[in-house]
Amino acid sequence: MAKKVKIGFYNDEGVLLSALKVLRHKDIKIHNVFTPYPVHGLDDIIGLKKSRLPIVAFIVGALGAFGAMGFQIWSLALDWTINIGGKPGLAIPSFVPITFEIMVLSGSLSMVAVFFLRNRLFPKLKVDNIIDPRATNDHYVVSIDPECCSDFNSNELENILKETGAIEIQDKEVIE
Amino acid sequence: MHDESKREPLVHSVSSLGQITEEVSKPLNERPNKVWYIYFGISLALLLFGAISLYFTLFEGIGTWGNNKSVGWAFAITNFVFWVGIGHAGTFISAILLLFRQKWRNSINRSAETMTIFAVICAAIFPVIHLGRPWLAAWFLPYPNSRNLWVNFNSPLLWDVFAISTYFTVSLVFWYIGMVPDFATLRDQTKNKIKKKIYSLISINWNGSAQSWSRHEIVSLVLAGLAAPLVLSVHSIVSTDFATSVIPGWHTTIFPPYFVAGAIFSGFAMVLTLMIIIRKVFNFDKYITLYHFEQMTKVIILTGSLVGLAYSTEFFVAWYSGNGFELFAFVNRATGPFWWAYWIMVTCNVVSPQLFWFKKIRTSIPAILILSILINVGMWFERFVIVVTSLHRDFLPSSWTDFSATWVDAGLFIGSFGLFFTLFLLFIRVGPYVSIAEVKDLAAKKLMRRSEDHG
Repeated sequence: MAKKVKIGFYNDEGVLLSALKVLRHKDIKIHNVFTPYPVHGLDDIIGLKKSRLPIVAFIVGALGAFGAMGFQIWSLALDWTINIGGKPGLAIPSFVPITFEIMVLSGSLSMVAVFFLRNRLFPKLKVDNIIDPRATNDHYVVSIDPECCSDFNSNELENILKETGAIEIQDKEVIE
Repeated sequence: MHDESKREPLVHSVSSLGQITEEVSKPLNERPNKVWYIYFGISLALLLFGAISLYFTLFEGIGTWGNNKSVGWAFAITNFVFWVGIGHAGTFISAILLLFRQKWRNSINRSAETMTIFAVICAAIFPVIHLGRPWLAAWFLPYPNSRNLWVNFNSPLLWDVFAISTYFTVSLVFWYIGMVPDFATLRDQTKNKIKKKIYSLISINWNGSAQSWSRHEIVSLVLAGLAAPLVLSVHSIVSTDFATSVIPGWHTTIFPPYFVAGAIFSGFAMVLTLMIIIRKVFNFDKYITLYHFEQMTKVIILTGSLVGLAYSTEFFVAWYSGNGFELFAFVNRATGPFWWAYWIMVTCNVVSPQLFWFKKIRTSIPAILILSILINVGMWFERFVIVVTSLHRDFLPSSWTDFSATWVDAGLFIGSFGLFFTLFLLFIRVGPYVSIAEVKDLAAKKLMRRSEDHG
C-alpha cells in the first residue's frame, strides 16, 4: 500500500531531537524517522515501545536448554547407555556444557529470525522501501502523515518543519 | 562513558557524516595499492603450501605428520587451540566491551569480529583433518543411525563440536547483523549497477527507520549478552579436552580460567598485529588511533599477568601436591628435551607483556608490533608445551619418545596463516571493515557539540 507523506531533512542530531520534541508538542503525528545510525533518545521522543524481542530469545533459549538436557538424558540414560569405563549413563554435570551451548544457539538464532521478520528484512534485488539515499548516509529524515493532523494543512506543516530546522522538504510516497 | 574533556577524542578531523561513508567506502571502489598486492601474494603463497600439505594429509593419511604412539596429539591440536584463542579477542571487543559501554571499540569492532570469524574457520579445520577420515565428521552429530548408538555426551571432544559450531554461528550472525546497516549505506551510495544489486541483496531491505534501529540495538545488546558467556564457555570447554584426562600436566582444575585469559591475551596481540598492518595499508590513522592501541595493550598487561600467574600457580601446585608424576611433568617441561619451548613461552608471555607498563613502549607502534608478534609466538608455544611435553614422557618409561614435526605439520600450520590472511585481505577489499554506522554515532556527538558552540 502506497501512502503519501511529507518528509523533512535534517543534518544535525541536536536539531533533529529538538525538532521532534516541537512536533510532538504540537501533536503532529510522526510517521517515521530515518537515521544513518541509532540516535539515542529518539525512541522516547517519538513514543516507540520497547522491543519485546528479548522475550523471544528467553522463551526459545529456555526451550532449547530443556530440549538439549532432555535429549541427552533420554539418549544416554534411557535409550542406549554407552558404558565408558563404568561411568554412569545419567551424568547430569557433563550434560551441562552442551545444554548451555544449545540454549545460546537457539535463543540467539530465534531472536534474530524474529527481528528479520518483524522488520521485514528479506533479500531483494531492488529495494523498494528506502525513503532517500541520504538517510543512510548523512541526513536524518522525518516523515509525517499529512492527513493525520487535521489542525494543520499541508503548507502549515511545511512551515513548521522549516522552523524546526529542516533543510529540505519533499512530498513522497512510501510503501506501508 | 567516554568523557572527552578528560580523554583523547575517539575520532579525529571528521567534518561531516558523509565524509565517513566516503572514506570507508573509498578503498572498496578503487583498485588496491601495491602494499595490498604484496601482502596478498605472500598470503596466497602460504595458502598454497597449506593446500599441498592438506593434499598429502588427506591422500596419505595423518601418518605424514610427526605424531607417534606416545605423542598422539601435537601440531593439529596446538594449532586448533591457538586459532580458537585468537578468535576470542574479537568477541571480547564486540560483545563484552559493548556491554561495558566502551565507546572506543566502535571503530575497531568490525575488523576484530572479522578476525574472529576467520580464526574460527582456521581452527575448525584442524580437529576435522585430525580425524583421519574427515569425510565422516558428521558422525559427531547425534542423529538416529544404522550403528544404533548415540554420541558420547560425556566427552569434552563432543562438547567442543557443539561449542565451536555455536560460537561460529553466533559470531557470524552478530557480525552480519552489524554489517546490514553499512551494506545499506554502501547500496545507497554506489554508482556501480552490479554492486548496487549485490548490496541490495545483502542489505536485506534495510532503511534505517527508527523502529528498525531500536530493534537492532536491542538485538545487538542481547546477542552481546549471550556471546559474552559463550566466549568464556568456548575456551573453558577447549581446556577440558585436557583437564578431564588423567595425564600429569593436563589434569589441573586451573585450566578453564587460565585458557580463557590466555585466549584473550593472544587474541588481543593478533588484533594489534592486524590493525597495525591495515592502518599502514589503507592510511587509516584517523579511525584506528594510538589511543586504541594503548587501550588494547592495557588489556594485554592484565591478561598477560593472569597467564603468568597461572604458570606459577601450576608449578607451585605441582610441587605442593606432593604428587611425583605431576612434579616430574613440570620439571621436565622446564629442563627436559623441550626446555627451549618452555622458556620461549615464558619469555614471550610473561616478560614481554610487562614491558607495556611503560608509556613509551605502549605508544610506540614498532614496539607494539614487535611485542604483539612475540606474544603470538609465545602463545603458540604455550599450547605446544602443554600438548607435547605432557605426552612425550608418560607413565611408562618404555614408551618415552621424542617428537619432531614433519614438513606437512609445518605446511598445515603455515597454510592456516595463509588462509587467515587471504580471507582477511579479501574482506577488506569488499566489506565495510570499519563500522560506518557506529563511527557516525561517535562523530555525530562531536559535530553536534560544535554546532552548538558556534550558535
